[in-house]
Amino acid sequence: MKQFITFVKKEFAHVFRDRKTLLMLFGLPVVQIVLFGFALTNEIKHADIAVVDNARDMASEQIILKMEGSSFFHVRKMVMDPGQTEEVFRQGKTKLVVIFPSNFYNDLLHYNKARIQIVADASDPNTATTLVAYITAIVNDYQASLPGGGPLPYAIVPEVRMLYNPDLKGAPNFVPGVMALVLLLVCVMMTSISIVREKELGTMEVLLVSPFKPILVILAKAVPYLVLSMVNLAVILLLSVYALDLPIRGSVILLFMESTLLIITALSLGLLISTVTESQQSAMFLSMMGMMLPTIMLSGYMFPIENMPKILQVISNVVPAKWYYIMVKAIMLKGLGFSYIWKETLILGGMTLFFLFISLRNFKIRLQ
Amino acid sequence: MSETKEVLIHADKLSKHFGDFVAVDEISFDVYKGEIFGFLGANGAGKTTAMRMLCGLSTPSSGQATVAGLDVYRKPEQIKKNIGYMSQKFSLYEDLTVMENIRFFAGIYGLSDKQIKEKSANLVGRLGLEKEAKKLVAGLPLGWKQKLSLSVALLHEPKIVFLDEPTGGVDPVTRKQFWDMIYEAAESGTTVFVTTHYLDEAEYCNRISIMVDGKIEALDSPEGLRKTYSAKNMDEVFYQLARKATRQAD
Repeated sequence: MKQFITFVKKEFAHVFRDRKTLLMLFGLPVVQIVLFGFALTNEIKHADIAVVDNARDMASEQIILKMEGSSFFHVRKMVMDPGQTEEVFRQGKTKLVVIFPSNFYNDLLHYNKARIQIVADASDPNTATTLVAYITAIVNDYQASLPGGGPLPYAIVPEVRMLYNPDLKGAPNFVPGVMALVLLLVCVMMTSISIVREKELGTMEVLLVSPFKPILVILAKAVPYLVLSMVNLAVILLLSVYALDLPIRGSVILLFMESTLLIITALSLGLLISTVTESQQSAMFLSMMGMMLPTIMLSGYMFPIENMPKILQVISNVVPAKWYYIMVKAIMLKGLGFSYIWKETLILGGMTLFFLFISLRNFKIRLQ
Repeated sequence: MSETKEVLIHADKLSKHFGDFVAVDEISFDVYKGEIFGFLGANGAGKTTAMRMLCGLSTPSSGQATVAGLDVYRKPEQIKKNIGYMSQKFSLYEDLTVMENIRFFAGIYGLSDKQIKEKSANLVGRLGLEKEAKKLVAGLPLGWKQKLSLSVALLHEPKIVFLDEPTGGVDPVTRKQFWDMIYEAAESGTTVFVTTHYLDEAEYCNRISIMVDGKIEALDSPEGLRKTYSAKNMDEVFYQLARKATRQAD
């Protein structure tokens, strides 16, 4: 045990002496969270929209007031001919134009039917769809507030609720993704590099000739990265709770336990990579290609798996991050307990055992 | 040398095959306590493979061997406690300080805190590295690194120390100092098993075995070898034997 502690101390010394890597390890998640959280979001805030109010009556003004009151829009009132709308879009900033016809309120009162024209810049289809949905919601909202509940006595208004993420925020989706990515990156890459480095330097031979058990070499190497990843995880969660206002609805303990499972998966993958590579470069390359890309592409956090071709859907099942992502979303966003995610836990656990088995067997062969 | 003739390493028809390739071909020899035993041969002659089998890094394909009286097949773990090893590559951690390296290797050999403290202070003093003790090993000149490596390999007072081409790339002066350290170790009772391809170093050994194509072609004291092959120096002995080699260096 004392020997083990000596070894762990040495591993920590390696980690802390390599300032650049350390900075990367802790800088990366923070930068990613901040970037995704504030810059690269696909939610809409203060979108520029233009309103052409040809009616200037009570109804149109109230609807415009509601739009201005919402944080989604930045409303500009304009006067223009119907043919000029395209001109407005060409300038680039305006995402959507709302046109109220003259006699808007009048039509509404007397014909029980009034029209609003909504023209959206659909060169960015996602934004356009979302904006139109918001505007429609505001109009429906106004309609409902009219005395008598609107012009049609039996109007059926479908009421859509965005469950778990009512504001369609981007953060709930990418925080679990970033967590998976960072944990995998740190553990897979760092473990494999640190083991391969010993091979490259020739110190591994010296360790193997010593009475220190090879299995302990691996365990001792895993400890610092396990600790670092836990710290990283805490930083990410704190950032997402306090900087991005993203609540953790489920059990934090469960979240950490599932994350530990992923970390162990990653460590065993790192070990596996270290048994098949001889140089630090190839270990790094393999971790990058083998972990980063599938995690980003196939875990479901950037691109929905349901929309992928069948073959990719099948492949995505072997990406550990996919299962972790599902579990984290269940815990963080839906507040579900273990009984809902035991299957995913089992799958991830099985993968871990599999990787561990293969890599330990390979590691033994290496000694011969 | 060997007043008691206690056998510390015994090899009997020891072989190692890698597929069809026979790296070590039925070598047999004994190494006695306190002896400096040289393993001489061209690159690819099988020196390192032979040494790795004795250290427990590699399992022999056939033959018998004991190290410190322990069987290499059945008791590799106990053998590890009795041997020190210095590999071809420089094998200390460059990003740790001199002191940290010493403490680490002493630590994994299970020395007590008190022993570690005493020995590391002693070692640093002996090598004259007091000023460098807290500096990173990366900054030391190669010669000092090698001397430090050897001292670290001897730290747990092993019965046998295996040195695999320990003086590669080191200047002649440092090499001489290095050999002084080897003699010191041998005098204090440690058996030294050293591989080399420097012919002048062979003269420093008590006995040498010359390996050609995986076989031991000659085994005697330097003096004895010179007589047998009626040669002026080790160079001539070696070239007479090595001329027979058919294997390409790796």
